[in-house]
Amino acid sequence: MQSVRLPAEPLVVIQPTKRWSLLSFKDIWAYRELLFFLTWRDVKVRYKQTALGAAWAILQPLFMMIIFTIFFGRLAAVDSAGIPYPAFALAGLVPWTFFSNAITASGNSLVGSANLITKVYFPRLIVPAAAMLAGLVDFVLAFALLVLLMFYYQIVPTIQLLFLPVLVLLTALFSLGVGTWFSALNVKYRDVRFALPFLIQLWLFVSSVILPSSAIPPKWRWLLRLNPMSGIIEGYRSALFGLPFDWPALGIASGLTILTLLYAIYAFGRVERSFADII
Amino acid sequence: MQPIIRVQGLGKQYHLGGPAAVYSTLRETLMDLARKPLRSLRNNGNGSRIWALQDIDFEVMPGEIVGIIGRNGAGKSTLLKILSRITEPTVGRVELFGRVASLLEVGTGFHPELTGRENIFLNGSILGMARKEIESKFDEIVEFSEVERFLDTPVKRYSSGMYVRLAFAVAAHLQPEILIVDEVLAVGDYAFQQKCLNKMQDVSTGGRTVLFVSHNMGAISRLTQRCIVLEQGHIVASGPTTSAIQLYMTSGLLQRAEFTQNSSAGKAMNLLRIALVDERGEVRSEVPYHDRLRFILDYEVNKTVNGSSVGIVLYTVDGTCAMVSGDFDSHPELLGTREPGRYQAMVEIPPCWLNTGRYTVTVSLANATTGEVYDHVEALVLKVLDTGTPGSLHGVGRKGVLQPILDWTTTQVSR
Repeated sequence: MQSVRLPAEPLVVIQPTKRWSLLSFKDIWAYRELLFFLTWRDVKVRYKQTALGAAWAILQPLFMMIIFTIFFGRLAAVDSAGIPYPAFALAGLVPWTFFSNAITASGNSLVGSANLITKVYFPRLIVPAAAMLAGLVDFVLAFALLVLLMFYYQIVPTIQLLFLPVLVLLTALFSLGVGTWFSALNVKYRDVRFALPFLIQLWLFVSSVILPSSAIPPKWRWLLRLNPMSGIIEGYRSALFGLPFDWPALGIASGLTILTLLYAIYAFGRVERSFADII
Repeated sequence: MQPIIRVQGLGKQYHLGGPAAVYSTLRETLMDLARKPLRSLRNNGNGSRIWALQDIDFEVMPGEIVGIIGRNGAGKSTLLKILSRITEPTVGRVELFGRVASLLEVGTGFHPELTGRENIFLNGSILGMARKEIESKFDEIVEFSEVERFLDTPVKRYSSGMYVRLAFAVAAHLQPEILIVDEVLAVGDYAFQQKCLNKMQDVSTGGRTVLFVSHNMGAISRLTQRCIVLEQGHIVASGPTTSAIQLYMTSGLLQRAEFTQNSSAGKAMNLLRIALVDERGEVRSEVPYHDRLRFILDYEVNKTVNGSSVGIVLYTVDGTCAMVSGDFDSHPELLGTREPGRYQAMVEIPPCWLNTGRYTVTVSLANATTGEVYDHVEALVLKVLDTGTPGSLHGVGRKGVLQPILDWTTTQVSR
């Protein structure tokens, strides 16, 4: 047996965690390559063996836009702040589709990765995070459609476009928060799988995708602001079409996003250690 | 010298009823909550917990290869899962002074839709290899796997043999300081198993520390110098492999004349029962040397299989393979096609043939052509009793695996 130089301190200590355990960001950083590979896997696999392939990323918001335009733009003649209704709707549908796909994918991701979780150690948060990140590729594709539509309507973006990356980040973080929380809940309560599609359907109607928030009576508008997606989606329209930003709404959305994310990470961390035993 | 693994007072408690009972829907939880006051009256508190592991203390020195042996349910898998950080201990502490990689399954995270090449990267990354590391070893991995030609084919089109080879090739190239390996060598064909065992020996001679769980006593005795024997969640022995295996095999508790397991539609072939019976048909684990050993096997075939065989292997207490027998000897036609259904087979070892002592019996339902193993269980532990054969002089048994009574022809040829 040859003598090996060992570190004085153990690299890993395994013991029962306390009730309050902080998420180890160092650990997640150490596993960043795995995050990349799992995202890459989800992207690669998503449209395997489909006839239309990645076109699905565009078809989903496109058809929703057409239907919304017929019913709300034409029949109900919704006031869309001077923006052609198709562009108005698509600007809301692109982030909305990303959000709904991301929370569905990450909400179901842990349960779907049971074989990994019971066989290998890695920070579990990587699983819902990868599921969310994989959705960004679809988001970019769908966004290209939106750009084409803006060309068609000759909408010239203003300097406010620079605010777009912040909005994308906000969407991603909020999706991560909601998705992570659902993914942890799903391990214990498989009800999540059935509740999620239903919840998403309802959520769509209060997220300013179909109607601008200005269509809501001022008395109730504060209620809409409690939904971060409403503020974020209106933010996209402001950034793209040069409309005035609703700063209070965006501020509340950012605050709620951070709170959601922190709570999700806390809730996730509390059950993380028992995933392998109950999944 | 400083140990690389230090385990102190480790224990893990599970709720009785198993993981299946814990997984619940919201409705069940609500109903449970409503019933709870009643239940706590009936149940008298927390009688429904069991310790899967308790009071586990041991140390492993750098470069050591340590085997962990024990029956099913002895706590081996729980111990490995704790050491691999998959599940948390309830009490105790483990200190690891090195990078750990664990191999509780071959091909963890393989995605059927991805190609062999893509899966090498994915699986390597899941097992904890850095991308650069995978890139630098890529050619070596491909060569080891023997599937170069199918590298760009989705693995769902691979035969199970190819799949296992590719998966193991990735795992065999892990270079952690501590490697934790579960019973993963039970899959794959024999030649490839040997190749993997050799590769693992390379690993250990490279100064790496290995914890190795297996039912294959041959592999355990070949690879390890020291073993920890677990029984019902406790360490019952720890010491040189030869004596640990002896203890494991001869411990009186462990004699077992019948083994049954549930039907499993997921497996192409699945053993349901094997029993050792005497001439009157009674199940017994001790058979006098003068009697025949009759094994009755019940198994199910869940889908039509070609090239399959049913075999038993007997091992002596020191892990030496005493004999192998397969149903193809009498039924070559079964090597062709075996239709779905339940089967019963009987095989006998003639009297006055095996030496006295203890043997373990392993049953293997496998594919003789592809090497795929459908089911593999270490099923029985039996004892051939000394009945005072003429040769067992002065109470000392004869040496050897066999103790046949042979015909000697002796003539005096000169004076």
